[in-house]
Amino acid sequence: MELTYGKELNKALFNHDSGFCPGCMHPLINKILGEVLTENGYLENTVMVMPIGCGCNTIRYMDVDMVRGLHGRAGAVATGFKRVRPDKVVITYQGDGDAAAIGGLETFYAANRGEAFTAIMVNNQIFGMTGGQMSPCTLVGQQTTTGERLAQHMGYPVHCAEMIAQLPAVGFCGRFSVHTPKHVLQTKAAIKKAIELQMNEGKYSFIEILSACPVNWHIKPEDGPKVIEERVLPEFPLGVLRDCTKEA
Amino acid sequence: MSKKETLSEGKRQILSGNTALAEAAVRAGCKFYAGYPITPQTAITEYLSERMAETGGVFVQAESEVAAINMVLGASAAGARAMTATSCQGLSLMAEGMSSLAAGRIPGVIVDVQRGGAGTGAILPSQCDYSFVTRSLGHGGLHAYVFGPSTVQEIVDVTGRAFDIADEYRTPVLILTDGVLGLMMEAVTLPEFKEDIPDREWKIEGREGLRPKMMTGDNVKPPIAQENRLRDIFVPMYEEWEQDPLYEEVETEDAELIIAAWGSVARVAKTALKELREEGYRVGMIRPISLYPFPTQAFRSLDPAKVKNIVVAEHALPPQLMFDVDHAVQGRIPLTSCTHSSGVLLSPDEIADACRKLL
Ligand SMILES: Cc1ncc(C[n+]2csc(CCOP(=O)(O)OP(=O)(O)O)c2C)c(N)n1
Ligand SMILES: [Mg+2]
Repeated sequence: MELTYGKELNKALFNHDSGFCPGCMHPLINKILGEVLTENGYLENTVMVMPIGCGCNTIRYMDVDMVRGLHGRAGAVATGFKRVRPDKVVITYQGDGDAAAIGGLETFYAANRGEAFTAIMVNNQIFGMTGGQMSPCTLVGQQTTTGERLAQHMGYPVHCAEMIAQLPAVGFCGRFSVHTPKHVLQTKAAIKKAIELQMNEGKYSFIEILSACPVNWHIKPEDGPKVIEERVLPEFPLGVLRDCTKEA
Repeated sequence: MSKKETLSEGKRQILSGNTALAEAAVRAGCKFYAGYPITPQTAITEYLSERMAETGGVFVQAESEVAAINMVLGASAAGARAMTATSCQGLSLMAEGMSSLAAGRIPGVIVDVQRGGAGTGAILPSQCDYSFVTRSLGHGGLHAYVFGPSTVQEIVDVTGRAFDIADEYRTPVLILTDGVLGLMMEAVTLPEFKEDIPDREWKIEGREGLRPKMMTGDNVKPPIAQENRLRDIFVPMYEEWEQDPLYEEVETEDAELIIAAWGSVARVAKTALKELREEGYRVGMIRPISLYPFPTQAFRSLDPAKVKNIVVAEHALPPQLMFDVDHAVQGRIPLTSCTHSSGVLLSPDEIADACRKLL
């Protein structure tokens, strides 16, 4: 994806092409995250905690200081970081394998403690980086390089946002998507709200964002949005699931 | 009564190894502690749950040792002196995180109050993690500086040094004690609170800090750059450590037999040594205090014409310390292993008997 729009709108991106695959939605998510940080004035004060997975390509793409975590451990790393520097905007950026499989415990307990950081989980329903193996979020019947997801052996896709929304310490939680411009704007508004809640009220937020992985879904890059609409949304409905500003 | 009131600096007082270690960490400027309870480490975690708050630090009871070590990584990258403590099983879970600290050159102090055995093991004392922490820190072949103190006062002393070494070299530092040292109470003098803790200019704090972009770790570089990083930073650092290992020599000058022992076993060996000396046997002891770097030279410079045998006493079966001693003497002096494990403890008589048989 070439960046042709004004640098003033987004000061968080390096001025070069992304290393993501065609049709991947990570670069778009990087872009709106950069826009939010530019708009709300937090860019200079932000530290991202990175995963292992395709999300770590963001290291080359976003000009934001980062702590590189091990596979799945961003929730714990961000806990340590934010407790020491409550003045910083701390954002974890993880895939579904990273946050929900190997790092499930760290994700869950950071949320349950209500750590004052913003967790972003990009759910492409697959282990993208390692070449298309089954993830906790893989759809029933979906083909992966480690087999088709059969509910009798692997159970059903893990609904992270719904699980985390149950935890009383969570400030804001929901599932979003970037497959149409309207959804991009909704996701951007959610990220903005989460970061403001983090800095103004010390709240934890969990933002699950659906993404396509055309290479490992074996579809054409341009078909990602259509497949999300037809196959992914029925399993993973969008919406805000917890919002502490709306609670009585 | 708050802990602040019960502990006063400069005054000698009776403390357990675990409490003394925890308080020494606080006085060394530790501002972040994450831990998961496990016998015989738990007292450290309980103590710090209260003490960190009293001293303006952060305490987190982690959901696992995996989380604890990664919390330490985050806290340390943010600039705080940070520590975690565990016992054997928990240290296994920390292996990946310790390797990550080393690779990212992120300081951190990790305490292992060892218990016995593999698998679920036992809760009684042992020295079974010696090889685990001295050979290589988890995957990748990097090292931590490793201390193996043998008295409660020495626990206090090396804890202060551990935080300084961690910062100076940007490395993880391990302190290995065990159930004996953790629970036993001895008279100690605590140091004053450290004031002049240097700021970490490399700490991660967003773009308003150092520019260009700052990141922990360097492993996105091409292979040759990664290799050069090992050659230019890590290898010279370990070589520098090896110039100056810490150890104690006891009556080695005229010794015909040397006992090699560390940590709690060295205390037992000292009693045996005293007995043997009273009987007229010329016995000495070399006690590594830093387990990595190992005092190789202290053993290598022993004269085979004078020293007939080295009795390596340790709580590990199969033996572990044995291999470092063997590497040091290079087959020039015969070694005799004297061990127990799984919480069975060596007695002074057993060590003395092992020596008598050889003299
Ligand atoms: C401890 C450990 N186990 C396995 C891996 C290999 N690994 C790297 S990325 C990855 C999966 C990432 O999937 P996900 O988090 O969904 O991210 P995506 O690439 O799909 O964005 C795995 C299994 C690793 N790096 N570390
Ligand atoms: Mg994925």
